[in-house]
Amino acid sequence: MNHKLPQSAGEKHVTLRSYITGFILSLATTLAAYVVVTNQTYSKNGIIAVVAVLAVSQFVVQMLFFMHLGQEKNPRWKLLALLFMMGVVFIVVVGSLWIMKHLDYNMMSPKQMQHYMDSQDGL
Amino acid sequence: MSMELTDKPLITQKAHYQQVAEADHSKTLVGFWVYLMTDCVLFASLFAVFAVLRNNTNGGPGGPELFNLPFVLVETIILLTSSFVCGLVLLAAQRKARSYVVAGLLIIFLLGLSFMALELTEFSHLVHEGNSWRESGFLSAFFTLVGTHGLHITVGLLWMVVMIVQIVRKGLTDPVLRRLSLFAMFWHFLDVVWIFIFSLVYLLGSMS
Amino acid sequence: MLGRLTLDAFKHDMIVMGGVATMILGLLSLIFVITYLKRWRWLWKEWITTVDPKKIGVMYIIVALVMLLRGGADALMMRAQQALSSGTSHGILSSDHFQQIFTAHGSMMIFFVAMGLMFGLINLIVPLQIGARDVAFPFMNATSFWLFLMGAILMNTSLVIGEFAATGWLAYPPLSGLAYSPGVGVDYWIWSLQIAGIGSLLSGVNFFTTILKLRRQGMKLMKMPLFTWSVLNAMVLVIFAFPILTATLALLTLDRTIGTHFFTATEGGNPMMYVNLIWAWGHPEVYILILPAFGIFSEVVATFSRKRLFGYTSMVFALAAITLLSFTVWLHHFFTMGAGADVNAFFGISTMIISIPTGVKVFNWLFTMYKGRIVLTTPMLWFLGFVATFTIGGVAGVLMSVPPADFQLHNSLFLVAHFHTMIIGGVVFGYFAGIAYWFPKIFGVKLNERIGRYVFWSWLIGFCTAFIPLYALGLMGATRRLDHYDASLGWQGLFIVAGVGVLIIMLGIGLQVLQFLISFMQRRWNRDRTGDPWNARTLEWATRSPVPFYNFAELTPISDRDAFWEAKQRGIDLRTPKTYTDIQLPKNTPIGFFIALLAFVIGFAIVWHIWWLAIVAFLGVIAMLIIRLSDDETEYIVPAADVRKFEAGEQPA
Repeated sequence: MNHKLPQSAGEKHVTLRSYITGFILSLATTLAAYVVVTNQTYSKNGIIAVVAVLAVSQFVVQMLFFMHLGQEKNPRWKLLALLFMMGVVFIVVVGSLWIMKHLDYNMMSPKQMQHYMDSQDGL
Repeated sequence: MSMELTDKPLITQKAHYQQVAEADHSKTLVGFWVYLMTDCVLFASLFAVFAVLRNNTNGGPGGPELFNLPFVLVETIILLTSSFVCGLVLLAAQRKARSYVVAGLLIIFLLGLSFMALELTEFSHLVHEGNSWRESGFLSAFFTLVGTHGLHITVGLLWMVVMIVQIVRKGLTDPVLRRLSLFAMFWHFLDVVWIFIFSLVYLLGSMS
Repeated sequence: MLGRLTLDAFKHDMIVMGGVATMILGLLSLIFVITYLKRWRWLWKEWITTVDPKKIGVMYIIVALVMLLRGGADALMMRAQQALSSGTSHGILSSDHFQQIFTAHGSMMIFFVAMGLMFGLINLIVPLQIGARDVAFPFMNATSFWLFLMGAILMNTSLVIGEFAATGWLAYPPLSGLAYSPGVGVDYWIWSLQIAGIGSLLSGVNFFTTILKLRRQGMKLMKMPLFTWSVLNAMVLVIFAFPILTATLALLTLDRTIGTHFFTATEGGNPMMYVNLIWAWGHPEVYILILPAFGIFSEVVATFSRKRLFGYTSMVFALAAITLLSFTVWLHHFFTMGAGADVNAFFGISTMIISIPTGVKVFNWLFTMYKGRIVLTTPMLWFLGFVATFTIGGVAGVLMSVPPADFQLHNSLFLVAHFHTMIIGGVVFGYFAGIAYWFPKIFGVKLNERIGRYVFWSWLIGFCTAFIPLYALGLMGATRRLDHYDASLGWQGLFIVAGVGVLIIMLGIGLQVLQFLISFMQRRWNRDRTGDPWNARTLEWATRSPVPFYNFAELTPISDRDAFWEAKQRGIDLRTPKTYTDIQLPKNTPIGFFIALLAFVIGFAIVWHIWWLAIVAFLGVIAMLIIRLSDDETEYIVPAADVRKFEAGEQPA
C-alpha cells in the first residue's frame, strides 16, 4: 500500500468508505456465524458448512477492504504470495488431516493396544 | 586502469535519493508481506495440530464444556473494532494529522489490551478449574494456538507503544510512516487469523 | 541459579574428551593467531559488524567447511564402528555414543554444511548476478548469518557441556519426548535448529524480495540467469516450509518444558503428527538444498561448453514444477507408518512425477554440452561427477517411491546410500563447483587447477567406494543406525570397503585444504586481473576481481539474457562507468551479532532450565530490536568523487 499523500479528496473518501464497508460486512458475518451456531439453525454438517463459508467470506472481505489486496499495480507480488500461501496451507492442512485420519483408522484403540500387550506378555 | 576515468563528469543527484526512498518503501512492504505469509504458514501448522487433536480430550472436557461463546464474541468484536480503527489511523497518517494518529493508536492499544485481559481471564479460569494445557492433547493444542495469537497481539501492543513514542518525538517522518504501514498490515493480519480461531476453534469446537 | 547445570555436565568418556580437546585447542589457536597479528579491531570492523553480503557469504562458507570437518569426523567414527563391530567385537563406541554421533552427523551436515554453503554462495553471487549493489535487507541478512553461526556453536557446545540428542537427526517423539529423553541432548538439538532456522527463514524473505525488487533495469524475469531463478525458487520453498519446522520444534519444546501433550504416547498426544509435520518441512528442505546446486550447474555447463544454455524456458518451468511438487510428496518418507494403500498410492505417484522435471534439466545440460567447445575445468568435472552419481541415486529414489518396494527398503542402508548420493553427488558437488567457479571473482585469485582435479577424483572415487557397498548392504537387509551386527550375516567385508571409501574422501578434504593453502601462497602467479577468467556469460563477471564493496559503479541497464556475454559480443563495456553518482550503502552495525549472541544465551539457558537467564536474554533481544528499528540513520553515502577514485585504482575498494 503506497502512503503518498492522496491525489484528491475523492480518493481519500473511497478508502474511508472501504474501511467502513469492510467493518460492517465483517461484523455481519461474525454475528451471522455466532447466531447460526448458538441457535443451531441447521444440521451439524450444515452449520459447519455455513460457518466455514462465513469465515472465508470475512477473510476475503478483510483482504479487500482492510488490506486493499486488489489494488496493487503490476507485478502483483503480494497477491501471488498470498495465493501461493493459501495453496501451501491447503495442502499441508488438508493433506495432514487426510493422512492422520488414515493412520488413525489403522491404529488400534488404547483398549485394543492394552489387550494386545497383555496377551503378548508385554512384548 | 585507464586514466581517461579522471575526466568523467560527477553527478550528485538529490532526485536520485527520492527514488531510493520510494524503492525502499516498496521493497519493505513486499518483504514484510512475505514475512506475514510465513506467519500464516506457522498458524496453519498450529491449526492442523489443533484439528488432529481436537477430540483427544483424554477423558476430560472438550470445547462444548469449556467454551463461553458470548465471552468470545465480545473479544471478537473488540479486535474487529481495533482493526477498523487501525484503518482510520492510516488515513489520518496520510493527511499528516499527527494528533489523530496518536489518539487512534491509543484507542487500538486500549482495545488490544482489553482483548488480552479477557483472554488471560479465560486462560486463568481454565487453569484454575484444572483444565490447563497439561491435561490433554486437545487442551495443549487449544492453549498453544490461541496463546500464540495472543503473543502476537502482545508484540503488537509493544510495537504500538514504541510507535507512539516515535511519533510524539519525531513526528510523521517517512521512516515513521513506513513503520506505521507495516504495523497496520500486522494488526489487520492478526484479526484475519482471529476470524479462523473464532470460527473453527470456538464456534465449531463448541458443538458436540 | 544455574538450573540443572552441574559439574557433571563436563564429564565425558575418552573419545568425547578427545573431540573436546581438539575443539578447544582449535579455538585457542585461533584466538592466539588473531591476538598475535593484532587483528581484533580489524575483525570487529571488517567482519563482525559487516553488512556486505560478499563478506557474509565468505563467513558462511568458512563456517560450513569447518562444520564439514566436524560432521566428517562423525562419519569416520561411524564407519570405523561399523567396520569393526561384527560378532564378538563391539567396536570402539558405546551404543549411546554412536547414537549421538549419527544424530550430530546428520544435523550438522544438513543444517550447517549444506545450508551454510548454499546461503554462502547465494550471498556472494545473487546481488552481483542481478546487477544490484546489495540485498533488500542488509541488516537482517547479517543477523541471519550470526543466528546461523550461533546455532552451530550451540550444537557444538553440547559436546563440551552435557550431551547431544541420541534420536536421529529428526528426533521423532516419543523417543525425543521428556519421558524417554529427559536429558539436555534433545533440547540442544531443538534450540540449535530453532535459532539457525529463524536465520534461514529471514534469509528466505530477504533474497526473495531482493530478486523480485532489486534487479538491474532491463533484467526481466525471463532474462535472469538460471542460478538466480534457482535461488528464487529455493527461497519460495524456504518461506513456506520453514515455518512448519519452527512450529513443530516449538511444540516439541512445549512438551518437554511445560507438560503439553502434542506428541506424547499417552494422554491425548499423537507422535505420528510430529513425523507428518517434520517431513512436510523436511521434503521441501531437501529441494531447498538441491535447487541452487542445479542453478550452479546451469551456469557452469553453459560457460564451459562455450554455448548458451539449452532450453532456458523449460529450465525455468522445471524449477517451478519442482518447487510446486515438493509440497506434495512428503509422505514418501513414512510410507511404512501405516496410512494405508490409498494415501501411499497418491504420494507414491506424486513422488514419481517429481523426478520428471529433474530429468528435463539433466537432458538440457547434456544438450547444452552437445556441439559445444567443452573446457574440462574443475567446475566442469564436478558437473560430470554429478551427472553420473545423481542419476544413480535418483533412480534409487524412484525405486523407493513404489510403496511396496519401500516397505523392504525403508530405513535400510539402501535409503542411506540414496540420500547420501543425492546430497553428496548433487548438493555437495554442486556447491564445490560453485566455489571453484566463483573463487576468482571473490578473491581475485584462481584456485590451483591441478590439485582441484585431485580433489574431485578423490571425492568421486571415495564417494563410490563408501556408498555403493551401502546400496548392496541395504538390499541384503542391513538397516540404518546399526552399531553392531551378527558375524554370520557376512556384512563386514562391505563395511570395511565403505570405511576405505570414507578415508579416500578424507584424502579429498585434505587436498582441498592443501588447495586453499597453495593457491593462497601462489597468489602472485594465480592472480586474475581480468575479472573474467572463464570468459563467462552473466553479470557478476562484469566487475573487477575482487569485487569493490559497492559492486557496480554504475547501474547500466541491460537488455538480454546472458547480459555480460551479449555485451562482450557487441563490444559494449559494462564495467567502465560513463558517469559517477553518489552511492548510498548501509552502515556497518554490531546489533545483528548481539541479537544472535543473546539468542545463543536464550537457547543455552532453556536447555539447562536457567529460566531467569533466558528471560533476561530475551528482553535483551527485544531491546536490541527496538534500538535498531527506531534508528533512522542506518545508511551512509559514498560520494561520487570517491567512487571515481576507487574505480581508477587510486584507492583500494
